[in-house]
Amino acid sequence: MSDTDNSSSTQAVLADDAPVNLEAEFEASNVKEVLDKLDRELIGLKPVKTRIREIAALLLVDRLRKQFALTSETPTLHMNFTGNPGTGKTTVAMRMAEILHRLGYVREGHLVSVTRDDLVGQYIGHTAPKTKEVIKKAMGGVLFIDEAYYLYKPENERDYGAESIEILLQVMENNRDDLVVILAGYKDRMDKFFHSNPGMRSRIAHHIDFPDYSAEELLHIAKLMLATQNYRFSPDAEKAFFEYITLRMKLAHFANARSVRNALDRARLRQANRLFANASKSLSKADLITIEAEDILASRVFIEGKLDGEPESGQ
Amino acid sequence: MMTNQGNRITQGQFSFLPDLTDAQITAQIKYALGKGWALSVEYTDDPHPRNTYWEMFGNPMFDLKDPAGILMEVNNCRKTFPNHYVRVSAFSAVRGVESVTMSFIVNRPKKEPGFGLVRQEADGRQMRYTVHSYATDKPEGERY
Repeated sequence: MSDTDNSSSTQAVLADDAPVNLEAEFEASNVKEVLDKLDRELIGLKPVKTRIREIAALLLVDRLRKQFALTSETPTLHMNFTGNPGTGKTTVAMRMAEILHRLGYVREGHLVSVTRDDLVGQYIGHTAPKTKEVIKKAMGGVLFIDEAYYLYKPENERDYGAESIEILLQVMENNRDDLVVILAGYKDRMDKFFHSNPGMRSRIAHHIDFPDYSAEELLHIAKLMLATQNYRFSPDAEKAFFEYITLRMKLAHFANARSVRNALDRARLRQANRLFANASKSLSKADLITIEAEDILASRVFIEGKLDGEPESGQ
Repeated sequence: MMTNQGNRITQGQFSFLPDLTDAQITAQIKYALGKGWALSVEYTDDPHPRNTYWEMFGNPMFDLKDPAGILMEVNNCRKTFPNHYVRVSAFSAVRGVESVTMSFIVNRPKKEPGFGLVRQEADGRQMRYTVHSYATDKPEGERY
């Protein structure tokens, strides 16, 4: 049934020696645009990008094979994203939905993002309809389950999470061409989750690990984030921010890009405050968009070697 | 019922046509989703033409993007009630409409016994006529 939407299936079967053009197919699918955007907007993440390219290539080749009526099973595209906080798992999942849609693998290309709360019910008989409703909403698109390990709570025998997993497994197997399930979470806890749910592990073909960012990559990300909000660093501020990142990376609770975003938000606050303090001076556009070194150096990471959010006295 | 050979009940859309295939049902659902209507699956074993309120199979499905989810429910319902009437209804929430705008049968019993004419003698030798479904002679759940 899903074939009826696919443009290539309406074509007649080609002769055995007919030439096909992979490049033309690549151009026609607009995948290039998405992949380029991925390269431009996502810094680093080498293994992730390689895997996405591989998947895109496989789906394209599959489309060409279909023109010769070479049937092969629809590839399982369920994925598992592991990585530390702030490494871009959700962002990539969003992109994934778009890529799969362009390749004609999912019909609608929307992303339904859920956590345990949306899947697991509170009383007996509540879980199955709840999970099924979410699955039905995600059909034709991508179901993204954030922090999937919360689904399974081994310490509580009567936890309803197991029921939800069971339904998910069934759908992942039977409705493979209707939806793609992407699980995400921190590496060690996901490993534990798969260890106790071997069925889940074997149904997921792609386990992608998101590496931590280096300081240079984080600086690059910071500049991109600022650019989207119409701010920019002064040259001194850029140096200061690089120092900030190197210091911050050594402190506890470092969450990669998310920490960078928070740091930038605080820098914007300080910038606004600084502009306000010198209110007598008339401001230019450059003043409004430039973040100076002093906005960043005021952070307590520099002064006390502590996080900005921590309480004052060293308790 | 003489215009309708074989006693097939005719309610909702497409009921004079041969049974819809899954692909045709999907296409109809897709049309409804495109209009932003919420679909639901209903079943009954009382084929009387004035029986408008059928039992709901699960909750109505809001915010779906793809027909596959609804077709899955249809198939579940067919599996649970292979010998009942099953229909898909589409509800339009547009202000001023707020009612079912589309409804078609997707499953019917293998054998539909049809309807008989019932005469009732009323005041002064007056005759009243109505139809009666042979299926409803048996209690609910044992009709087909």
